Amino acid sequence: MEYVNPLTGFRVDGRRPNEMRQLKGEVGVVSRADGSALFEMGNTRVIAAVYGPREIQNRSQQQNNKEALVRCEYRMAEFSTGDRRRKPKGDRRSTEISLVIRQTMEASILTHLMPHSQIDIFVQVLQADGGTRSACINAATLALADAGIPMRDIVTSCSAGYLCSTPLLDLNYIEDSAGGADVTVGILAKMDKVTLLQMDAKLPMDTFETVMDLATEGCKAIATYIREVLLENTKQLECQRG
Amino acid sequence: MRDLHLPLNQTQRVRLEAALHELQTLAPAAASAAAVTVADNIAVNHEDNILKGHGTTDQDGEVVATLCGVVERVNKLVYVRTLRARYKPEVGDIIVGRVIEIAPKRWRLEINFSQDAVLMLSSMNLPDGIQRRRTAVDELNMRSIFEENDVVCAEVRGFQHDGSLHLQARSQKYGKLQRGQLLTVPAYLVKRRKLHFHHLEQYDVDLILGCNGFIWVGEHVVVREIADLKEDEQKLSAEAETFTPIETRRHICRLANAVRVLSALGFTLTVELIIQTAEASISSNVEINDMLGAEFYVQTAEREAKRRGDLLGKKR
Repeated sequence: MEYVNPLTGFRVDGRRPNEMRQLKGEVGVVSRADGSALFEMGNTRVIAAVYGPREIQNRSQQQNNKEALVRCEYRMAEFSTGDRRRKPKGDRRSTEISLVIRQTMEASILTHLMPHSQIDIFVQVLQADGGTRSACINAATLALADAGIPMRDIVTSCSAGYLCSTPLLDLNYIEDSAGGADVTVGILAKMDKVTLLQMDAKLPMDTFETVMDLATEGCKAIATYIREVLLENTKQLECQRG
Repeated sequence: MRDLHLPLNQTQRVRLEAALHELQTLAPAAASAAAVTVADNIAVNHEDNILKGHGTTDQDGEVVATLCGVVERVNKLVYVRTLRARYKPEVGDIIVGRVIEIAPKRWRLEINFSQDAVLMLSSMNLPDGIQRRRTAVDELNMRSIFEENDVVCAEVRGFQHDGSLHLQARSQKYGKLQRGQLLTVPAYLVKRRKLHFHHLEQYDVDLILGCNGFIWVGEHVVVREIADLKEDEQKLSAEAETFTPIETRRHICRLANAVRVLSALGFTLTVELIIQTAEASISSNVEINDMLGAEFYVQTAEREAKRRGDLLGKKR
């Protein structure tokens, strides 16, 4: 199957190879949570809720009492994929993604400022169309910033792949399941540091670098957007407060 | 907008947007210019040695925000005031909390802080009002003072060296709150004032604006002197059986709904504003349950925009 049209250079959903899907971020969607966000990348739709910092509920999980405990739970809604299937809570895929998100977010949260407390991040995929991992990280960042949790930097994530000898930015489900390489990159946008790098399949060294550069560019574009959303929200809250 | 998922019709949406836009234009330009998000640079003059406060960090010699909020400058201190964050206690704050656990010699209270607060048995007045050592019997009778899920009003006493927060309730005005409603709002909407206890005489209602964003609206209770307590005890037991009059209950609900509307719109909660909103609902014959409808939200936003506009006009 052709994933990039050789004549026009467009992809299956009509994008250019280095074009991202449309982004949409909304803050404050869960009223009971301390911070919450909805993040959309094209048809991928993710909701994130943050509770905390709050008292540690299970003392045995506490590793050291100088830092906050960060927990994360990733879930896919039953209606999120094409075939409606009951997804068990503790399957390996979601456990792995939970861990990935937790580690990525923990790298940017200033946990030493909130000792004796825990932060819970819940992310749920409402619509899955490739790149749920990236979308979840972006949503979690928005939600954490909304909850007023101090962070070193904005963490954003974006995926890129290599199909039909073209590097492609922000793969959708069809491209994702094509069997080519899928590189998910998470960066601290301003400090320019990588906090997450995952790849399935193999890529030659030089191609990998171009693909990763493309993904990093995507991350930066997302970071700019996320900061716009947050600044807009902050200004609005401050104006209304009076 | 947050908490505001209203079924607005076309006219109401336009009116609400107009009112919110009005508020945005009325706000001082400095306020929106000082807004920062995570990892924004804060412009400082490095020649005068500044102090980096809460919400800031040093990255390659630059002052960088770690929170979303508004930059505040006090002399040399630069810090970021957060908007939507949990409550940050300061000594002497009056707070309202909920008892979640009874531990040896102490109660644990949920107060919207990053940890549970501790109220020691020794740091509160006993119901008999006598100053004495707390005995083992007192410890066994702790449940007769506060039980789990009771709503309690107290004062922040200070931090222990291990970082836990201690409260005290050494006055008749603190203690258990009954016959009313507890409302939780974001903590940034309550400003620290001299007065946090308000007795609204026209409604016979007590209003407590806890600094932690917990707001109590309840039936007025007369604070008794300790000497009178014994005599009142018989009366008290008889009183417990009488119910809150329906009129007072209506007032409680009306004020509580006023608080709900104002907090959903994100306006700073002051007694004046809460009373004004409640009065407005009475004068325009809005039923208590209709106060949470779309129309009243729009009216409240419009009224607030007008009020702030008038205030600004007077200043000029």
